[in-house]
Amino acid sequence: MSDAVQEVPLTGSLVAPRPLRIGERQVGATLVLALCAILVLIIGLPLWALLSKSVENTEGHFVGLANFVTYATTPTLVASLVNSLFVAATTTALVIPLAFAYAYALCRSRIPGKGLFYAAAMVPVFAPSLLSGLALIYVFGNQGLLKSWLMGASLYGPVGVIAAESLYCFPHAMLIMVTALALSDGRLREAAEALGTSRWRIFRTITLPAARYGVISASFVVFTLVITDFGIPKVIGGQFSVLATDAYRQVVGQQNFPMGAVVGIILLVPAVIAFFIDRAAQKRQSAMLSARAVPYSPKPERRRDTVLLILVSLVAFTIVAPYAIAVWGSFVRYWPYNLSLTLNNYDFSTVEPSGWEPYRNSLMLAGLTAIIGTTLIFCGAYLVEKLKAVPHLRAFAHFLAMLPMAVPGLVLGLGYVFFYNAIWNPLGFLYGTLAILVINTIAHFYTVGHITALTSLKQIDSEFEAVSASLKVPFWTTFRRVTAPICMPAILDIAVYVFVNAMTTVSAVIFLYGADTKLASIAIVHMDEAGAVASAAGMATVIMLTAIAVKLLHIALDRLVFGRLQRWRQR
Amino acid sequence: MTSSSPWFLSIRDLDKSYGEFRALRSIDLDIRRGEFVCFLGPSGCGKTTLLRAIAGLEPQDSGRIEMEGRDVSHAAPSDRDFGIVFQSYALFPNLTVAENVGYGLVNRRQPARAIAERVEELLALVGLPDQGRKYPVQLSGGQQQRVALARALATAPGLLLLDEPLSALDAKVRLRLRDEIRSLQQRLGVTTVMVTHDQEEALAMADRIVVMNNGAVEQVGTPEEIYRRPATPFVADFVGHMTFLDAVVTGPGTVRVDDLDLQVANAGSFPSGTAVRLAMRPEEVRTRSITEETPNCFEATIGDVTFLGSFCRAHLQPTRSRTTRIAADFSANAMRDLAIAPGEIRRIAFPPEALHVFAGAAR
Ligand SMILES: Nc1ncnc2c1ncn2[C@@H]1O[C@H](COP(=O)(O)OP(=O)(O)OP(=O)(O)O)[C@@H](O)[C@H]1O
Ligand SMILES: [Mg+2]
Repeated sequence: MSDAVQEVPLTGSLVAPRPLRIGERQVGATLVLALCAILVLIIGLPLWALLSKSVENTEGHFVGLANFVTYATTPTLVASLVNSLFVAATTTALVIPLAFAYAYALCRSRIPGKGLFYAAAMVPVFAPSLLSGLALIYVFGNQGLLKSWLMGASLYGPVGVIAAESLYCFPHAMLIMVTALALSDGRLREAAEALGTSRWRIFRTITLPAARYGVISASFVVFTLVITDFGIPKVIGGQFSVLATDAYRQVVGQQNFPMGAVVGIILLVPAVIAFFIDRAAQKRQSAMLSARAVPYSPKPERRRDTVLLILVSLVAFTIVAPYAIAVWGSFVRYWPYNLSLTLNNYDFSTVEPSGWEPYRNSLMLAGLTAIIGTTLIFCGAYLVEKLKAVPHLRAFAHFLAMLPMAVPGLVLGLGYVFFYNAIWNPLGFLYGTLAILVINTIAHFYTVGHITALTSLKQIDSEFEAVSASLKVPFWTTFRRVTAPICMPAILDIAVYVFVNAMTTVSAVIFLYGADTKLASIAIVHMDEAGAVASAAGMATVIMLTAIAVKLLHIALDRLVFGRLQRWRQR
Repeated sequence: MTSSSPWFLSIRDLDKSYGEFRALRSIDLDIRRGEFVCFLGPSGCGKTTLLRAIAGLEPQDSGRIEMEGRDVSHAAPSDRDFGIVFQSYALFPNLTVAENVGYGLVNRRQPARAIAERVEELLALVGLPDQGRKYPVQLSGGQQQRVALARALATAPGLLLLDEPLSALDAKVRLRLRDEIRSLQQRLGVTTVMVTHDQEEALAMADRIVVMNNGAVEQVGTPEEIYRRPATPFVADFVGHMTFLDAVVTGPGTVRVDDLDLQVANAGSFPSGTAVRLAMRPEEVRTRSITEETPNCFEATIGDVTFLGSFCRAHLQPTRSRTTRIAADFSANAMRDLAIAPGEIRRIAFPPEALHVFAGAAR
């Protein structure tokens, strides 16, 4: 406000508002309505179709709970239920303590190479679940290197399923526990240490209670992952049938949709319980963490660090080695008799009529899902979080967006079959196309993206929309110029998450692919069925490398975005 | 725009509730063109809610808002003519200072040159020439505040709304910006509403102050009116310091406090025998040039004395009254000249026109 500047005219041609403006409220309300419609179509109605199918007979007449009674009185089906529960419980019991110890070592000790150990534990995330099954076949299968270690027991059955599921679930459990341990307050521990409390007592009275919710939440997540996983029991289960393979057989094999729906609903139960436990746990978790809590920085301690280092090395080796062997196996001429290397197994056309086509389909699916899905998810989260109009509709959209978290892929896939395959559905033409695969995959992974987007949107000043309105700039302009650019890191996170999952998923899409849209992960199942394990491993390797490459690209891009393009973040 | 109403902004019977909680209770308020009005009140009294209702950001439940004679009660924020500065400034962090200031201009299909010139003009106006290429994080709090002000003024709004614009700044900067905002406002003549809970800020800046409490308007008036003639005990207590005494009306223009009979210039129309509250500001207590004829004069013992920089606050106890304690301010000069010290007895007086009478005994 220097004195040199005198009057600044307040009126003039500059400030004439545009004569015709579209009503922002109407546009907002319309967009929210469109979002709700989309979410109903891709999430609500398929789930509804599943629920209603379970109380109909094969002719489509209402039969009440008759299907459930049939299920409960069919011994083979009940046996699968028992098998599933057994496998899921055992895997959980095995994985949780190990994952806790692993996470504890990463958060609460001074072992060297933490980044490397972290990366090692994450390897399974980047591969289709059935690669861990294939890997075990290479090591302990009929032609396995270490078959003798099983002392006559067969890998193909509960043993193999539990081992493979443990590999596959480990990173998920570990991630949850790392979060839980990283959150617990360091000041408490320091106070306890200052008081001379014994280490065991600190562990029992401070560390464990703080991490309890993490342990509970991780247990349910692992249980749900195992019970709903389809790929591993398919490749390594042999005659050992579980719920997930039953659902597949009922629907794809016997075209018995109602019974498939019943299995789907049974699968839904643990997932829904897990969902609510997890939400409750998160509330307690954040309530426990006061705003001024400080992260704990562990002091070096010889004996503890040595013990943990040995343990972590063993676990990391156990995770990485099978995957490495599977990758190696995919390059071997004739396992285990002729170990010379070859690229023959990557000539997929010899074992799979469509050759490399499924891989291109998968890339296409992952790319489209990442682009369309991320756009939908982020814009949807923006509408839910930042608009003022139609509060009830926005709450409804949020509810629908949170649903997929509680719905296993297999169940969602079944719902899609029932809904999009129904004769009366005008959208039936989508069935078997790439479009339905994209739609389904977006729905399948919607919730995590939605939460990520909400979290980053909540961090933005809530008055941006108000300021824009006062300047007569419509909210979509501010979304484009300000909100989206600020949230770019979160948007990238969502895109990569969706891409990697779209590359590796099997469970939902196995019901939905068509002749021209077979995906790489499904081709693995088929090649394995045809006995071409090496090619199956080869395809899985290609998927894994692609996913890892995308992740690395993400890291690089993140640096670029933060570094060069977002100069405004630095002072 | 011509209008029949003499007021720039008229608010009638505005109500707003959050669930059971009534955030605004039938607010009536009129604001003149070019006026600088402060909403003043304790935290949670509804100042921000009222400001946001005027802006259309937090629509009222019932009531009417008119701007320049136009009913905007149900208009969207973008259909009202205002610029706003928030406590957080809400600057767009990914846009440069110039882009922030020009944000509302770009949308109006103006040639880029014209926009750039206008932005330069505005930045000069708020004392930030040549800072246009920086990003908000590279500016100090006070500078960010000015950018937010320039952005709000860019579209030449008829009404400028400021929600505690200075509260995030340290005391020195706050004092300077206070003057700058005030002189800028006077130069541009833009009608301005500022929310604050700082009474000094309100007294120093406003043409008129709206004192709010519990979602209702307690009093509207010039700073002087608010200070000299508080309409309610709440205003008396909230703005400046006030001693409250329990009293009984003894006749027209006289009240009794304990054993002291006092004359009051504005006694209101309370009948004899009514219990009332008597209020007086500490700086109104007289100690100089008191004669036998001076009304309301009596002897008092000086109690504890607190040093407050340029003046001291003492607590006085009239020698004829056990329970009454009165706060009195003495300038450093008076302290020295009159040798005021704890335990001394001095003759003091209450000017009748400085005594305020409010209904009701002490709660
Ligand atoms: N969205 C809301 N939901 C429920 N209550 C609210 C909401 N916004 C404000 N309130 C309540 O309304 C009352 C008035 O709030 P307001 O923000 O107007 O206060 P204020 O006078 O600006 O106070 P401060 O000086 O603290 O900013 C407060 O008691 C507040 O708790
Ligand atoms: Mg406020």
